[in-house]
Amino acid sequence: MISMREVQMDLISGEKLERMTSMEKVRLILDKVKTGKIVVLESGLTPAEEVRLIEMTMTEIRLDEFSGIEIESYPAKRESSFLDKIFGRKIKGRMTVIGPANQLRTIEKDKYQIITKVSVGD
Amino acid sequence: MGFFESFKTGFGAWIRRIFKKKRAKIGLYGPPNAGKTTLANRIVQDWSGGGAMGTVSSIPHETRRAMRREGIMINANESSIELDIVDTPGMATKIDFKEFMAHGLSEPEAKKRAREATEGVIEAIKWLDDLDGVLLIMDATEDPYTQVNVTVIGNMEARGLPLLIVANKTDLPESSASRIKSAFPQHAMVSISALEGTNIDELYRAIAFYFG
Repeated sequence: MISMREVQMDLISGEKLERMTSMEKVRLILDKVKTGKIVVLESGLTPAEEVRLIEMTMTEIRLDEFSGIEIESYPAKRESSFLDKIFGRKIKGRMTVIGPANQLRTIEKDKYQIITKVSVGD
Repeated sequence: MGFFESFKTGFGAWIRRIFKKKRAKIGLYGPPNAGKTTLANRIVQDWSGGGAMGTVSSIPHETRRAMRREGIMINANESSIELDIVDTPGMATKIDFKEFMAHGLSEPEAKKRAREATEGVIEAIKWLDDLDGVLLIMDATEDPYTQVNVTVIGNMEARGLPLLIVANKTDLPESSASRIKSAFPQHAMVSISALEGTNIDELYRAIAFYFG
């Protein structure tokens, strides 16, 4: 049970994420965020998983209950060698923080750091 | 994604680059209020002899349905390219009806707009699967490191499709196109004012070059 003065932060390791399917990741994130938790993904999501998360978020928005998510990650690093282009190799995601839109607020973000504030209840 | 599917996607993108086609379906993407519909209207007016694609408003999520205009012939760089322009609803990760009430809408109107806006975001995402390239419109007065920008760029890179960043609203004194360029230096960028038409010919040359 989480009190109104505390916020639970779940840090999910890259190893755990690697064993999960895209849909499992999206479901895990949304289930946690909808109960007020902040989720930090060590290895982030792929671009395709990010749009799937946004899409699922939109379907789960409820007026007065859940207004969506705040998600912040760094621009993906890309090794754009000739062979990468030929074989369409995946771009790896980077560390990502996700939380309820009404609790997590991004203060500053650039290539090297993400600064956020988390509110602990209205 | 399996090996053969990865190979097919990557090889397909490579082949498309070699055999550039003269017709392309281009999506206008970006966060709400970046000026996507203002730009779409200007393109249509400049090259299709008038008529607007959609209405423009200062209230976010004015465009809540994707709109397509076919067969827009753009002549630039001594060549021409035929475009299908898709003006998409603003991409967002959150939609709160109270934000619309702050813009003067009644509660029922705000709730209706919020519901339609969520559908619009889904529609914009679905269109990503059916495009040849993207114009990513950014408001040059805003911080470019938004998740919407990062996600759209990441998806176009993953699909191997061309992307042109448009730094819009350069008519406003607080705009900074250089901030956008330093955030995403790996991608081509053109700075414009879609409202006033500033530098719009440079954008048409870039469209012909990158999507033609």
